Amino acid sequence: MAVAKPKQQRLVLALAALAVMVAAGIVAIFALQDTAAYFKAPSDIAAEPPAPGQTIRLGGLVKAGSVGRSADGLVLNFTVTDMKADTPVSYRGIVPDLFRENQGVIATGSFDASGHFVARELLAKHDENYMPPEVAKALEKNGHPMGAGRPT
Amino acid sequence: MRFPVLGPIPAMAAPDLHALANPLRFQRFATALTPWLLVLGLAFMTVGIWRGLFFAPPDYLQGETVRILYIHVPSAWFAMGGYLGMALAALAAMVWKHPLAALSVRAIAPVGALFAAICLITGSIWGRPTWGTWWVWDGRLTSMLVLFLLYLGVIALIHSHDDKARGLKMAGYLAIVGTLNLPIIKFSVEKWNTLHQPASIRLSGSSIHPDMLQPLLLSALGFLLLFAGLVLVRMRTLIAEQRLEMRAMRRAARAG
Repeated sequence: MAVAKPKQQRLVLALAALAVMVAAGIVAIFALQDTAAYFKAPSDIAAEPPAPGQTIRLGGLVKAGSVGRSADGLVLNFTVTDMKADTPVSYRGIVPDLFRENQGVIATGSFDASGHFVARELLAKHDENYMPPEVAKALEKNGHPMGAGRPT
Repeated sequence: MRFPVLGPIPAMAAPDLHALANPLRFQRFATALTPWLLVLGLAFMTVGIWRGLFFAPPDYLQGETVRILYIHVPSAWFAMGGYLGMALAALAAMVWKHPLAALSVRAIAPVGALFAAICLITGSIWGRPTWGTWWVWDGRLTSMLVLFLLYLGVIALIHSHDDKARGLKMAGYLAIVGTLNLPIIKFSVEKWNTLHQPASIRLSGSSIHPDMLQPLLLSALGFLLLFAGLVLVRMRTLIAEQRLEMRAMRRAARAG
């Protein structure tokens, strides 16, 4: 077998290095799935309930028809769902503009002693669909409202 | 629309790409191409952003805020694309030891850093009214910040050593190792729970309404041409700098 020229050796080594790096990135994506998650879904919480008082981020969709206010209007109550499990949440503070039913939300807070999730911070998620309001209205009229039934 | 021929560039006609590796021929090619890239890039970018700001419809959910998309998305794409280009240039410099490849690494790094910074800044401004926060440490935002820091690291390493060739070599290693981050940026929003939403444009199609997609693609084409134009400007500057240095050295040798 002919001995490879240094240039060819370097090429093979460099390409191998690049391939290994990209592969490492892809492996990291799968390996860090739990560690790198920014929030926990209601079904994660149902499977592994956190201790009362432990701060977690809860994420999912705002369940349709679940949004309400307390009698004095200061506390916002809603349910976060991932279509498998639901977690009721209470929040007192400024609500982001994009907060609405069937859209994503991330609530930072903890469970109180009675097992109710109290959020200290509320962030709104939005999905990857961009469209004019008329189109969204037409979709809703035809029975396909945006956000309904899709996991975040 | 027809564009005049760029001038006598035998390298373009010949199938042999090696011809472009000749620095003198590259100089001529770059000199002819640079103004075209800059002017067309600015034109497409202006038209794309203009149409995005004044003619595209508002978003059903975000309203007018969505218009920052026309700057944020193109800068993100080419911050990442530029990084891949820089890593490939570093790889070529390592394998073939061609001076133009090493020069490309030096030329791309600051332009890529600029695009990554634009992406981070516009993203932050966009995040405040929509998500309700300027910044979170989720997978996408963090990996994009890492991309920006990798660019800064490559720039710092280039200038880190008295022996320029050694500094450049170390910068090249970092550029190649940093490609690890590219699949993480891309797939963070698909595989990890993030505040940032998944990609709107995929192989299977786009979930951006055509009236919004068209200005976005125009703007993106402008950003791409502008990126290439700025890199060529820098490459020409770096070549000129090297010539000046060599001339000064020759003069010093003669005087000594």
